This record gives sequence, C-alpha cells and structure tokens, in this order.
Amino acid sequence: MDKQNNKAWLYLIPALIFIGVFMVYPLVDVLIYSFEEGYNSASQTYNGVGGYNYSFVLRDPYFLQAVKNTFILVIITVPLSTGIALLISVGLSSIKPLRNLFQTVYFLPYVTNTLAVGLVFMILFKKTPYSDGLVNLLINWFGGSSVDFIDGPYAAKMFVLCFYTIWVVMPFKILILTSALASVNRDYYNAAKVDGTSPFRIFRRITLPMISPMLFYLIITGFIGAFKAYSDAVALFGTDLNAAGMNTIVGYIYDMLYGNSGGYPSYASAAAIILFIIVLTITCINLIVRRRFVHTK
Amino acid sequence: MKVVLENLTKKFPSKNKKEHSEVVAVNNFSFEIPDGKLVGLLGPSGCGKSTALNLISGLLKPTSGKIFFGDDDVTTIPPENRGVGLVFQSYALYPHLTVRQNIIFPLENLKGKNKLSKEEMNKKALEIAKLVQIDKLMDRKPSELSGGQQQRVAIARALVKIPKVLLLDEPLSNLDARLRLQTREEIRRIQKETGITTVFVTHDQEEAMSISDLIIVMKDGVIQQIGEPQSVYDNPVNLFVAQFLGTPQITVFSGEIKNGGLYIGEDKVLSIITDYSGPVKVGVRPEGYIPAADGALSCNLCRIEVMGRDISVVSSNPLAESEIIRSIISSDNKIDTSSATVRFNLKPSKVHLFRPDNGERIDFSLN
Repeated sequence: MDKQNNKAWLYLIPALIFIGVFMVYPLVDVLIYSFEEGYNSASQTYNGVGGYNYSFVLRDPYFLQAVKNTFILVIITVPLSTGIALLISVGLSSIKPLRNLFQTVYFLPYVTNTLAVGLVFMILFKKTPYSDGLVNLLINWFGGSSVDFIDGPYAAKMFVLCFYTIWVVMPFKILILTSALASVNRDYYNAAKVDGTSPFRIFRRITLPMISPMLFYLIITGFIGAFKAYSDAVALFGTDLNAAGMNTIVGYIYDMLYGNSGGYPSYASAAAIILFIIVLTITCINLIVRRRFVHTK
Repeated sequence: MKVVLENLTKKFPSKNKKEHSEVVAVNNFSFEIPDGKLVGLLGPSGCGKSTALNLISGLLKPTSGKIFFGDDDVTTIPPENRGVGLVFQSYALYPHLTVRQNIIFPLENLKGKNKLSKEEMNKKALEIAKLVQIDKLMDRKPSELSGGQQQRVAIARALVKIPKVLLLDEPLSNLDARLRLQTREEIRRIQKETGITTVFVTHDQEEAMSISDLIIVMKDGVIQQIGEPQSVYDNPVNLFVAQFLGTPQITVFSGEIKNGGLYIGEDKVLSIITDYSGPVKVGVRPEGYIPAADGALSCNLCRIEVMGRDISVVSSNPLAESEIIRSIISSDNKIDTSSATVRFNLKPSKVHLFRPDNGERIDFSLN
C-alpha cells in the first residue's frame, strides 16, 4: 500500500510543483508583504511589521471608491447578465429556423478583441468634437439632451461600464446555458406535456432545476470574474481610472504596484488580500446557497 | 374507453434533403382497441410502434387519419386534454423530486373546478402508490430506487389522474430478466385492477404474448396481423409474423407442393390438399417435430441439448434457410446420438406454408 501511495505522489509532483510555485508561494508572499510596513522593492527593506498597510488602504478614498465601483458592478452585472443569458438561451433552444445564425451572432463578442470592442463602445458613447456618439444621437432623436458617458456624471459612466461588462460576459454564459438546456432529456418535457403542465410551470419546475448546476457555476464564476474586473474599465475610461473615479479593486492594486502613484507593493498586497477575503466570502456564501437549491445527481 | 384508429398515417420528412423522400413511420393504421383491454403493439425496432403510441398520446400529429377515444374524435386535441397516461421507456421521472412529488406532479396541473387540495392530492398519490406497491418509498428520490421501483413510480404517475388510456413505451426494456418477468405480471395485475384500456409497445414477442389480450404485429409501419396472442401464433398470416413470434424461431425450409403432397427435397413430409402447387416456404415450429425411426424428414444431427423438461435437438438440413434447426421435444423421447441423421414426422398444426414470392400464407387441409 505504501508503494501505491509513493507512486501516486510521484504522479502528483508536476502539478504540485506548479501549484506551489505559481499559486501557494505568491499567495504566502503577498500575505507577508501585506504586513511589512514601508517595504521598498529597490532595497528590499522594510521598517517594521504590523497592520498599518491595511489601515492605510481601508482609509484611502481611492480604494473605497474602487470597492464601491466593484460592488456596484458585481451586483448589477452578475444577475442581469445571467438572467438575460438564460432568457436568450431558452429562446434559442425553442426556435428552429436560423438557430445557428443567432448562436453565432450571440457568440461574436466572445471572439472579438477587447480593444476593438472598446473602440466600438467609443463610437457608441464617446463625445468627440464631431459627434456626441450614436447613443446620444438616439437620445436626441427622442427629445432628450446629450449625456457625456465617458467623462460625465458617475451614473452615466457606471451605466456604460455595466453595459459593457454584461455584453462581454454574455456569450460564454449563453454557450454554457444552451448546451445545458440541450442536455435535458426531451422525455421530461413530453411527460410534463402529457400531464398538462403549463409552459411556465415546465420551465420553473423542470427546466430550472435541471440546469441549476450550470446556472450556479455561472453565478459563482460570474461573481469572481466581476470582482476581478479591470481591463473593461481601462478599455472605456483609459489608464487613469482614479482620476475618472471609475477604478476597480484590481485596478487599485495595479496602480499601487506600477501606476502613476506607483511603488507601494505593501499597500498593493494589503488590497489584494482584502480582495481575496471578499471573493472567498462571497464564494462560500454561494456554495452554501447552492447546497440548498441546486439539484445534484 | 375504447380507442379507435382510422386510416392513421404519419410521414416524416427524410433526413436526406436532396432526395425529398418521406419516411412513412405509420402507414394507414386502422384498428379498434376494445374497452378495458391490454394491447401489445409488437414489431422489430424501427417499425413505427413508438410513433403509433405517440400519435395516440398526441405528442405527434398524424399526417392523415383519425383517432377516437370512445366516440370523441381526439385527432386535433393536444396531449394535455386527451387524458392519457404515458410511461416512457426511460421512465422520465423528475430526478430532483421525491417519489411523492413525482406522483403528485400531474395533479398539481389541474385547474378550475378540478383543482385539488394538498390533502386530496396526498391521499390520491398514496392510493396509487399502494396499488403499485411503492407506498413505503414515498420520500425517496428516483436515484435511490431500483429499476423496477422506478418503473412502478412511472406507472403510478401515469395512473394518478385516472387516464382514459394508459400508454407504455417499452416498459420492461430497462429491467433485468427476472425483474422483467415479475414486472410484466405486475403490469397485468394493475391493468386488471384499474380496468384502464392499455396499449404497450414492445419488441419482445414473449412479453407481448404473455400478458396481452390482443397483439398487433407491425412491420415497416404496416399492420401485419391483429388478434389474440395464441391465434396469431397458431395462424400467422404471413412469413414475417410466423418468424417474428415464437422462441426458438420457426424454421423455414424450401419445399414444393406436387402430387398431392408437400415435399422437402425428396422427402414427402405431409399429404395435403390445396389449390396451390409449386415451390413453397415451409415453416415448422420447434415443437412441431416428432422424432421417429421412419420419420418423413431426414436431417443431419448436430447435437442434443438437455434442458430438463425438454430436449432440444439441433440438426441441419441443406434446404433449411437457417444453418441449424432447433426442435423441442419431450425428454421422454430417446434420440440415438451415435447416428449421423435424425428423422422426424411433422405435426400438421405446427406446419405453415407461405408463398415464396410475397410470403403470404397458403391454406391447406390434410389428405
């Protein structure tokens, strides 16, 4: 039996080394950094050990803004994108003609370059000396006055960011959900139909429970992904996110490491640990909720 | 409730788009299922029997023809309003619901004046569960049940609304051999107790013969023969039906009718009178052989299999269509295993003659 165990460990070594070097070591390192006060990466020295980095970060208005932005983004985009993706997937599964065409169209954002998408959003939303952007043209058409979505009021900017995020994450969700829907045995639907079940009840009592494992997978990864949002904000508002008031937690960490105010790895580490704790908490809550609601075989 | 099908036809568009041809799954079905009977729809895979069942349930719309439940034309009525109970081959039990919730599910759909209270639903579910003997498993999930128990739950769910017609699609195909025997008796009992007109689909002729009041033999979407199991077995209308029913299978020889006799090769096996003369297919049931030293039909003896009650004599004959001929004889008979040949007389009632061109039955009487 020992021999058997040794063999197993041998097979596991590559993966363990990989996880150790690229995941466990950095995580521990970041944790250590986050408690080293006044760390200087050039001289590799620090003044002392303590919780100052955390108290600085937690009092930094830029960080608080970033946390607020990230939470708004998460709370709006995760339910909305999952819900809309579910609607579209159910629609796609129940139509026959042109289904492949629609599937391709809905999948396009997934294969499109982020910067190209950013450019498109620029045309849609950005005010230039020549035009107020397509969306503003539409608003004007209906008699409203132009809104500056990129440099204007906070709500407008947040709207664009959420809109963008939802649009970008949707294709993957649609892909997962359409295949989840397709894998539900038709017999369940036929059985329900023969028993006179209304379409809405079929959806609520059969379809939803059947695809709930996939749905929860999407919600959990959606939460994690939205908490890690950064590149989307850069694509829309440029690299100086603090000035735009649209920074995210990951953006804040990046700025602390390399940005204009850069060179504070201790603060960056503290912020990273805080993000880690937030994501861990949310994921644990998700898993507890999942155990209650998701049907597993 | 009697069920009547009138010239029912279902065509599916062909998968091959270039050909524009159609697959006729059910071709001009007309039959009547008397009230309270258990009917077996029997045929090889792909003969359209499940399609026929789905037409009766309403899940498929017929291309032409009519379906009546009693005197009501239900052809255009959607499945939910037909009052049928359907048991799927896969059972289609909702895996996330308990047995109780599964059985109650159809009742919860009732609306308006038919609406039931929670207690009534539970009471009905328990009644049905007792009937199919699963009342002790009510709070389990389907995945915690054996195949036979799942089958019963599926039947209970189909019965709980008291359907006019109960439809079973290959109800026993997912069960092991012993459970299959037990469950088919169970289906028979439940059907008798409820008196609900029942149609079940199977490709297993033994299954169909053993529990059906009537069997309908199908091939390529066309009904071959309808009748009581024994009469279909004893009087098959064509070669297909004769070959499809019975295990071991009927043996078919190439023979000829001439000079007032039936010949297999040089052996005159029976003296018969018939209008037909010329080459024929001769089907002989396994139980139709009587071993005799001066028997009319001579075969090459291969081996003897003793099965306790019976002996199975395996022999061969160049004029038989199959490589071996299996004849079942009583174990009282003694067969000389040292001899290379075995001779049989044939029981006339177990011999069926068919035209070689279209396989239709040729009637004959003994001389």
